[in-house]
Amino acid sequence: MTAHVLPNSLAEIRDEFLELPEADRLLLLLEFANELPPMPPEYDGHPELAERVVECQSPVYIIVDLDADGLVAMHATAPKEAPTTRGFAGILVQGITGLTPDEVLAIPDDFPQSIGLTRAVSPLRISGMSGMLRRAKRQVAARLAA
Amino acid sequence: MSVEFDTSSPKFAEYSEPGRLVTGDWLQARLGQPGLVVVESDEDVLLYETGHISGAVKIDWHTELNDPVVRDYVDGAGFARLLSSKGISRDDTVVIYGDKNNWWAAYALWVFSLFGHEDVRLLDGGRDKWIAEDRPLTTDPSTPPATDYPVVDRDDSTLRAYKDDVLAHLGSPLIDVRSPEEYDGSRTSAPAYPEEGALRAGHIPTAKSVPWARAVAEDGGFKSRAELDAIYRDEVGLADGDEIVAYCRIGERSSHTWFVLQHLLGFEKVRNYDGSWTEWGSAVRVPIATGAEPGEIPG
Repeated sequence: MTAHVLPNSLAEIRDEFLELPEADRLLLLLEFANELPPMPPEYDGHPELAERVVECQSPVYIIVDLDADGLVAMHATAPKEAPTTRGFAGILVQGITGLTPDEVLAIPDDFPQSIGLTRAVSPLRISGMSGMLRRAKRQVAARLAA
Repeated sequence: MSVEFDTSSPKFAEYSEPGRLVTGDWLQARLGQPGLVVVESDEDVLLYETGHISGAVKIDWHTELNDPVVRDYVDGAGFARLLSSKGISRDDTVVIYGDKNNWWAAYALWVFSLFGHEDVRLLDGGRDKWIAEDRPLTTDPSTPPATDYPVVDRDDSTLRAYKDDVLAHLGSPLIDVRSPEEYDGSRTSAPAYPEEGALRAGHIPTAKSVPWARAVAEDGGFKSRAELDAIYRDEVGLADGDEIVAYCRIGERSSHTWFVLQHLLGFEKVRNYDGSWTEWGSAVRVPIATGAEPGEIPG
């Protein structure tokens, strides 16, 4: 059992949100939505390679892979009509990519509840981000076992 | 102060209440007119921020229309506070639009109706049709001056059904507007993926399956009166005078169907069961049917 440790990358994102008044946090989430990079060409157009996050109301797919150095690279795609989901994905993609697999597996599962968005976004919607995080961690575990 | 009805559409003219819908042309020509407030209500809480109809205010179903603690809607005082803060007066014409074919817009309209707000309409086709027609959006914030909306008690007796009402209703028309997979109980999920929302799958016995989207035309607006009559009267067998209850998972998709039955087809006793499957599918000892058939009234 891995001890839960929040990596610096995600801690910084959390602090960015918590420093803002609640109403402005939505706009920061929108920035993350706008900054979500497109799927890399090798995955683009291959939805069968990606995993759908069914906890989200809108269609979002994630792929978590290990690069040549054994570091985690997370990719996600979600429609532009679903900016909240894109924002959640953007936070995780920015916060997870570049971490070691052990660091990803150690991310506390309640990270989505800790970034001060629960009231502005609603607990139900936040649970979509929790599903995304759980699935990302499971993919990392599967890559390690492969 | 209210605004005249949109009489420009031959399609609307066939509905029992043509004034409940407006076209993009009508709305675009009247933006900013006193007595008219445009409200955007979406599934996605951020979509409004990406661009909205000029002057429109946002009302979020989850964070603003729901009570934050009890599973219920805001009360009269809460609704008055909300609408006052959005610059809405009791006699204003409210036009609501949103994403997903107006699911949440219809939900908001239904909640407005629980409080008896008289003149509340939908933009036919919602946000997507507005965009498809190349109409403008803006990210400029809307900051209407606050109003003094009166405190009005919510009336749950005519448009809303509770679980016990539905139990007593079995045998009268019941419409399940979810997907066929949710209806027949076959929707399963992979191991280690917990199915969220309800502990059992299936439908309320005797409910007929009419997925909400059957009421939607190719352009995203509502189907014509004749097409809707063919579905709900001829195929499903609904008749004038029927008492009807519609439900889905949490009451938003069934608000869409409720709007069709109540305002477009003229059924007068239509209730939305907002507890819907997340309540029924987890309640102890309520009857459930599985499979594609409606099932029998439990003895």
